[in-house]
Amino acid sequence: MHYLLTVIGDTDNPADDAAPGAIDAFNDRLKDEGRWVFGGGLTDPQDATVTDSRNGEPVFTDGPFVESKEFLAGFWVVTADDLDAALALSVDASRACHRKVELRPFGGVA
Amino acid sequence: MAADPAPDEVLARVHHDEWARVVATVARRFGDLDIAEDATAEAFATAVERWRTDGVPPNPGAWLTTTAGNKALDRVRRESRRDAKQQQAHMLTDQLGGPPEPTGAVEDDRLRLLFTCAHPALAMEARVALTLRMVGGLTVAEIAHAFFVQETTMAQRITRAKAKIKANGIPWRVPAAADLPARIDGVLAVLYLVFNEGYLASGGDAEPVRADLTNEAIRLTRLVRTLLPDDGEVAGLLALMLLTEARRATRVSAAGELVTLDQQDRGAWDRALVAEGHALVRERLASGRPPGRYQVLAAINAVHTDAADARDTDWSQVVELYDQLARLDASPVVALNRAVAVAEVDGPHVGLAQVDALAPLLDGYHAFHAARADLLRRLGRSSDARAAYDRAIELAGNAAESAYLTRRRGELG
Repeated sequence: MHYLLTVIGDTDNPADDAAPGAIDAFNDRLKDEGRWVFGGGLTDPQDATVTDSRNGEPVFTDGPFVESKEFLAGFWVVTADDLDAALALSVDASRACHRKVELRPFGGVA
Repeated sequence: MAADPAPDEVLARVHHDEWARVVATVARRFGDLDIAEDATAEAFATAVERWRTDGVPPNPGAWLTTTAGNKALDRVRRESRRDAKQQQAHMLTDQLGGPPEPTGAVEDDRLRLLFTCAHPALAMEARVALTLRMVGGLTVAEIAHAFFVQETTMAQRITRAKAKIKANGIPWRVPAAADLPARIDGVLAVLYLVFNEGYLASGGDAEPVRADLTNEAIRLTRLVRTLLPDDGEVAGLLALMLLTEARRATRVSAAGELVTLDQQDRGAWDRALVAEGHALVRERLASGRPPGRYQVLAAINAVHTDAADARDTDWSQVVELYDQLARLDASPVVALNRAVAVAEVDGPHVGLAQVDALAPLLDGYHAFHAARADLLRRLGRSSDARAAYDRAIELAGNAAESAYLTRRRGELG
């Protein structure tokens, strides 16, 4: 199964205390174990642009879709046999990036 | 086949004995809890009709498992006709699941079912509901009634939990050895919550003690004990429940008032349950293995139920056991109970000082104020005691407890 590990950033609590190299080490492990699909950290939420082309002409809006204390800081897409295996990865992911991590299964992958 | 004289009695017993086994077997075979639940319920409904007219089959459990399996297959085929793609998926699942395994694996199926229902990725209230439905065989209406929520709300809760299990790929297996203690603890937490909800019902209008829930919790804990006979904490939780349940009849007075341990009619305790609980505690002591939380709590209850008169209670042993418990569970509630025991050994002054130190952590907890009120009363500080009783009554969620506290407040000089 494919799972999304979402790194939850918190404006009140910037995670500059993640151990240096911890995320790289976790990434290497995912690749070694054949669980890596894709992943990366995102820039500041203020860098976002929201596009709405539902009504013909696209409308671009500067800034994130929702302003909130918590934001999407980065993510991994991994493969795992089942939820227990994915949860074990999320435990290590949260340790590596020193942030909360949300785990969700993909309903399907293209 | 000759008609059985009492198929309804057999049905009730078989429902108790076989429900979880049937759900678990069908769930393994079809890889789907939703299908397993519906098929099992339909199989029992069919049994109600069929057994009354045709009599009870020689092996009711096997009959139910076969019938539920057929119902599940019918449903899968029905749905597959609507969706050819789904058909392939289901056939694959069914092939992987294979035919029902011979006995031996069946015990494991019920264990798998328990671990799935109490999975840590599910919210606690969902785990409780799912365990009572899938393992306990309670109806959605019964569970809704037990937790004072609308039936539709409870149905949604169970549906959502099943959907999460399916979408997330919660595995249908006994956890790996390394995860097992934590996962067993998760199962026991669910059962202890059900028991406590029965023993000290939280709804203000509820019956103060609800034997349906305490009995169900004990029944399911016995099942877990059958499946995991060597686990100390399973034995500990069962002992704790039995030693608590043994006192149930004496816990609330005819007037509907809580009766504290020291005031209970010890002759009316259930001797058989006490003996069984004590035997389990002795078994754990003899094992020589370091006890977990439930085993220590059971041991504390064993000390209490060992005293023929409340005055004979070995309080220093109770304090020692609370010290042991505090090392395993450094919660303020454990510290509060320890302080109450300390008051019996070293006097109410010492106990009160320890209770007062917990104020910042436990100010919102009725038992904290009730314990304080009692110690203040014993020290003759009536107006302080009255204020503490006021707070305890304000916070108490149980009718019998409120009635008891109100009377004690009225008795202050």
